[in-house]
Amino acid sequence: MRRRTKGLGLWIYTFIALAFLLIPIVYTFVFSFNDSGKLNIAWQGFTLEKWATVCTVQGLCEAFGNSILVGLTSTVLATALGTLIAIALVRYRFKARSAISLLLFLPMATPEVVLGAGLAAQFLTVGVEKGLGTIILAHTMFCISFVVVTVKARVASLDPALEEAGRDLYGSPGQVFWRITFPLLVPGIAAAALLSFALSFDDFIITNFNSGAVDTFPKFIYIAAARGIPAQVNVIASAVFLLAIVLVVVAQVSRAARAKRSSAS
Amino acid sequence: MAFTAFASQTTVEQAPRKRSFVALVLLLPGIAYLLLFFLTPLISLVITSFQEPDLYGDIGDYVTAFRWENYVDAVGEYWPLILRAFGYALVATVLALVISYPIAYFIGVKARRFPLLQSLLLTLVIAPFFISFLLRTLAWKQIMSDEGPVVVFLKSIAVLPSDGHLTGTAFSVIFGLTYNFIPFMTLPLYATLERLDTRYLEAGADLYASPFTVFRTVTVPLSMPGIVSGTLLTFIPAAGDYINASRDFLGSSSTAMVGNAIEANFLVLQNYPAAAALSIVLMAVILVIVGVYVRRTGTEDLV
Repeated sequence: MRRRTKGLGLWIYTFIALAFLLIPIVYTFVFSFNDSGKLNIAWQGFTLEKWATVCTVQGLCEAFGNSILVGLTSTVLATALGTLIAIALVRYRFKARSAISLLLFLPMATPEVVLGAGLAAQFLTVGVEKGLGTIILAHTMFCISFVVVTVKARVASLDPALEEAGRDLYGSPGQVFWRITFPLLVPGIAAAALLSFALSFDDFIITNFNSGAVDTFPKFIYIAAARGIPAQVNVIASAVFLLAIVLVVVAQVSRAARAKRSSAS
Repeated sequence: MAFTAFASQTTVEQAPRKRSFVALVLLLPGIAYLLLFFLTPLISLVITSFQEPDLYGDIGDYVTAFRWENYVDAVGEYWPLILRAFGYALVATVLALVISYPIAYFIGVKARRFPLLQSLLLTLVIAPFFISFLLRTLAWKQIMSDEGPVVVFLKSIAVLPSDGHLTGTAFSVIFGLTYNFIPFMTLPLYATLERLDTRYLEAGADLYASPFTVFRTVTVPLSMPGIVSGTLLTFIPAAGDYINASRDFLGSSSTAMVGNAIEANFLVLQNYPAAAALSIVLMAVILVIVGVYVRRTGTEDLV
């Protein structure tokens, strides 16, 4: 009996803790329907108007578009560079291995404010004008290490016999890579790309140091926070959240269903 | 999570072939990129931290020098903010660990028999990542504002004096840091607890150990890799954070952390050498703390 009540306590605790994690999300979602003026603080009544007038807030949709553009570009760059490093780290022996591991580890162990200030100091020294390009360069930099970590796990779990079979059947190195290795790596690469996009899309600190006059969605929020956030910001954030959560849940439910089917057969 | 992955170098047992030319081609673009946009900027930062004002230039013009007094000045002026940053980060890390461990234990061990429940609970843990962390922090600011329900309630039961605030205090900044980094703590804890062999716990119980003794002598040591990664993934970004402590978010001028000083000096005051010196100090202290911590907890194969 005592065992059972103890387990129940952990159940209850976990659900309360997770509910606590979700409070600001629910708050943001609810206040996207607030019939507010310029300031979206006190509840003024329900309206759908903010969802219909997202782009009427000056600069908001432009900032959101910049975030998508930066996210996509730096994701492609970081995923390509990081995947190549991950393959090399698992498959080849070379000198300076520990130095390279350290170089990949350090960006994750450095506070963002230091990464941001460092790049900004460099752009200042070289005389590069800050803008979309410098944001993309910065985001690619901090995403690479996370891509390497994610893809490396996948490369390490590949069975080398599959590629050997390809070579035995006279496949050229290129054919073996594109027909065997790459397709097997796709789940890892996709996970790394999603992680990169999420990191880039939500980054504020490094962006703030390297964006000049260009706004991204988080930077728009930061600047607006000083005078009050319009409800349309909540609309965009809620829409992105719903899209992401639906994608994740659908992926998980379908994976669970597949696992059930394959274990049943 | 990332730290554990780097620690698990043992997975590299696929008889690496010795074609270092191919390895070079694979490594070169990414490594060159990191040298150019990670390592060189750190060197730029060191150079900037020693610069002195250009006598003949505008505000914000500096010339290369070896003005080491920049460090003395910066630390002399901002040492309370440096101490506060590490103090807040430490408290937030401990709180996040205490709050996250039971969550991770429940999802990783108790919910093991229900894979769908497990993955849905994990989705809830990472759900905050899908909404801007600036907005989440602002939501807490509204909830804890002077007219908000929390303050009104706390005043009605006299926990908070009638002229008291929650926002702009050390409490709200540490609260925000803890909240924002709980997922970073929970995920690596979950990753190690998920692989915990529960037969060890049963063995402990069979040997008449109390549940607490089993937890202290079996569960905690076995989940040490997760505890180390989780605390690092929380402590490092928390120490450099300047959003929670910013006065537009959960802080006020009396809660400013070193990150706020770096931002203000770099982006507002154009005092680049001071910002650079503070960044180097922050980075150096973190590397020393991480080095000692990793050595003490016996996970030296981190890199």
